[in-house]
Amino acid sequence: MDTVSRKGELRLMLIFSAAVLLMPVWLSPFGAAYPDLLQKFAIFGIFAVGFNILFGLTGYLSFGHAVFLGVGSYAAVWSFKLFTMNVIPAVIFGVIFSGIFAALIGFVSLRRSGIYFSILTLAFAQMSYNLAYSVLTPITNGETGLQLRLHDLRMIDALFIEAGEGLPLTNLFGIKMSGYPGFYFCAVLLIIGFYLALRVKNSPFGLALKAIKSNQTRMGYTGFNSRPYMLSAFMISGMYAGLAGALLAVTDPLAGAERMQWTASGEVVLMTILGGAGTLIGPLLGAGLIKYFENIFSSYDDSLLHQAFSYLPDAMNDVVVGMISPFVGDGWHLTLGALFMVIIIFLPGGIVGGITHLWQRLVKKNQEPTEMEGKQQ
Amino acid sequence: MTTVLNVSGVNKRFGGLQALDNVNLKVEEGQTLAIIGPNGAGKSTLLNVCIGRITPDTGSVEFHGEILTGKHPYEINQAGVARVFQTPEIFTELNLLENVMIPALSKRDGTYHFNIIARMKEEKQIQAEALHFLEDFGLEEQRFSDAGSLSRGDKRRLELAMCLVQHPKLLLLDEPTAGMSRLDTNSTIELLKKIKERGMTKIIIEHDMQVVFSLADKIVVLAQGAIIAEGTPDEVKNNPKVQEAYLGDEHA
Amino acid sequence: MDAIFLQILNGLDKGGAYALIALGLTLVFGTLGVVNFAHGAVFMLGAFCAVTTQHLLTFSKKVKDEGITFFDAYKEVPYLEIWWGETGSFIIDYKVPFSILLAVPVMLLIGLAMERGLIRFFYNRPHADQILVTFGLAIVIQEIVKSIYGANPIPVPAPEIVSGSANIGILLGLGDSVVYPWWRLIYLANALVVIAAVFSFLKFTTYGMVVRAGMQDRETVGLLGINIQHRFTVVFGLASIVVGIAGAMYTPILSPDYHMGMDFLVLSFVVVVVGGMGSLEGAVLAGFMLGVLQSFAAMNEVKAVFPGIDQIIVYLVAVIILLTRPRGLMGRKGVMED
Repeated sequence: MDTVSRKGELRLMLIFSAAVLLMPVWLSPFGAAYPDLLQKFAIFGIFAVGFNILFGLTGYLSFGHAVFLGVGSYAAVWSFKLFTMNVIPAVIFGVIFSGIFAALIGFVSLRRSGIYFSILTLAFAQMSYNLAYSVLTPITNGETGLQLRLHDLRMIDALFIEAGEGLPLTNLFGIKMSGYPGFYFCAVLLIIGFYLALRVKNSPFGLALKAIKSNQTRMGYTGFNSRPYMLSAFMISGMYAGLAGALLAVTDPLAGAERMQWTASGEVVLMTILGGAGTLIGPLLGAGLIKYFENIFSSYDDSLLHQAFSYLPDAMNDVVVGMISPFVGDGWHLTLGALFMVIIIFLPGGIVGGITHLWQRLVKKNQEPTEMEGKQQ
Repeated sequence: MTTVLNVSGVNKRFGGLQALDNVNLKVEEGQTLAIIGPNGAGKSTLLNVCIGRITPDTGSVEFHGEILTGKHPYEINQAGVARVFQTPEIFTELNLLENVMIPALSKRDGTYHFNIIARMKEEKQIQAEALHFLEDFGLEEQRFSDAGSLSRGDKRRLELAMCLVQHPKLLLLDEPTAGMSRLDTNSTIELLKKIKERGMTKIIIEHDMQVVFSLADKIVVLAQGAIIAEGTPDEVKNNPKVQEAYLGDEHA
Repeated sequence: MDAIFLQILNGLDKGGAYALIALGLTLVFGTLGVVNFAHGAVFMLGAFCAVTTQHLLTFSKKVKDEGITFFDAYKEVPYLEIWWGETGSFIIDYKVPFSILLAVPVMLLIGLAMERGLIRFFYNRPHADQILVTFGLAIVIQEIVKSIYGANPIPVPAPEIVSGSANIGILLGLGDSVVYPWWRLIYLANALVVIAAVFSFLKFTTYGMVVRAGMQDRETVGLLGINIQHRFTVVFGLASIVVGIAGAMYTPILSPDYHMGMDFLVLSFVVVVVGGMGSLEGAVLAGFMLGVLQSFAAMNEVKAVFPGIDQIIVYLVAVIILLTRPRGLMGRKGVMED
């Protein structure tokens, strides 16, 4: 059994927490140890971990999960506007509203499985996206996106704090949620989220989800009703997405409909697949890698490339830059698409799956000679 | 003796085809009932009517006095009916222990239990029970390997273990030895005999006469949707109608 | 009445594009069993065949502008006009129809390359993998086009003679208030012709019959000693041609840009699902039906009653159909139900 015992769980969580909290240290050699990027690692990590609870455990491929990300963001920004700049209520609202949305969309979509489920979630995502741009403009502020304003109500803040000059900042009881404090806030939530995902995976509930993925017919004749199980899984993963959306708003208080576009849903699928769907650490790894490379690749442009390859002769330099430049800067999506294909073609189990496979082969190779020796004796 | 399943006056039509024609059937506790008949006789329809998957046009089906018609598979299972399929339906990606733990969990927890607090590692009782049944079926050695890697015969064993761990009141077997080698068939027969000794009530649909005659207490012969004979194996064997309709075909 | 008539035309027109895309998608799905998310990108490539034709035909040379005498002025004159004069201008004017000549071989090649180079390795992989790999391919295609042609839409006008509107009201005796752009009528006719061609290919040629048989039961046809694989490759090429023509002809209606494929893809998937996975007739029917519904929902009178309905009508219909008729309008049993 690949489930982890209580002791193993504790050890895993300790290592994991240390790794997450020390990210500013061990990521600095990679040039990734600045707060904006670290926040993204944690936030999209949460998104991917949640997505994996649905896709990795049950095998249902949702192509509309970005909706919940968007709903979480909108809910959080509204909480800032209406009540308080404190982030706790914003996060709670984000999770609750995305949970409600997930319940509604899941209730309908889960009546079908396979590709039909994917299309249904995609249809709901497109509906939400289109509506956010059109009739729901009073709530979403359409193309401009929902932003904070000086004259927002902020009912609770108004009771306690004198309104200052300029736009107020998001805070956790006075601690500003930008820069490193923002990262640590996200990181703590990531650790909690990861722990919950771990518990879900190792629980009877998680086993039932795996059984649904494996064989629906037997599942029914085993006496389990798959639908509430699926709906719970869908809601949990929707709430993770909502949490991630709320955190996006916490670190940068605005929300736009483009966050709900289906390409955004595709991105979280890619993160999960890249790292390894169904594994615990895989989606996190995928999210981190994609955000890291996105950051690096999109910051390069032609002049930077020419600099980077300046040690080459001019003619070579031009050729090399010409070959690489479509993949960087605005062309980051090209790299992403190509990466997507390579992973699915050659590494269906993702990075973690690939490493596990490799490791197993190495172990086997090492074992065979010893067996041979035994026979010779 | 109590009646486990009572089928009375069931008719079912599919378009122009009379699939079941006034079928009456009683299964007593501890009994092994075999349903035989030539292809297209309505055996599968009858089985599906018995577990409520097909609603009869007229007539009724009662399981321990409860009507199963139109219920979901999970409700039927919770009522105490376990089912073995023609091709073993198991959780191929999960290991054997998990395969047996899942039905044990549903027996304990019901159709839905949002239990994310417990750890599977700490479900000692469920684990012990699952292991006990794996031992019973000679599968404990492989308990940590994936169910998909088992041989056909072992898959059937596992499926039976998954059914029996729930201590069902009625076990349905749909051609349990279909597509099996002689060796696997024999071992499955032995297994089913062992289960029979425990007093499990069973309904078997089977083509293989060796299986039927070595297991059944009572045999029902279907032809064109109607019961043409029923009785003990000996009675059925010697019934001229049966020889004509079914056995006759094979001896010809 | 007039308004309703126009909306129906509008809907049929849009539906024509949907139907063509969905037809290709269904062909691929029905024969190869592959869910192709790159199909929208192929549609976009078709449109860019027209753009390329435009570029090629209007390849220009700077010549002195004789019309301006005060100073040396230069203007760009396409080589075609320099060489062939009037005939050259005529060819340039008719670039969109001519682009089909380019689109057909190019799309066939692209289709064959896609099938042989990528798709065939995914026949036996889970549908999720197929979706994901073709999704990746779609991004790659779209980004390549973006890096070549830029991100902005490129206008490709229809021939001068059909750039105006047809007064179909008079033709049909509805009064002279009903006018409709010529090119949209041509597009509708084109869609109908292509659909008819595909159906007659499948119905009346032995080649097509084998393909249809293969759609029903692939293994049996394979057992009959027919190289069904080879035919399916050809079908993939055919599907690419169909969607390529759909894209090329659509350029005067919608100036193509690199992500037009994605926008159409989501819609055409909905169309395919509504029509019923694997049903060609269903795809065509649902394409036209959803097109008409969409244009009715865009009417101000309807929007006044249901605000925002035009944005979601297609998806709403898809959700309703999927929930009430799980297999779509004309779906076959057993398709995609594993």
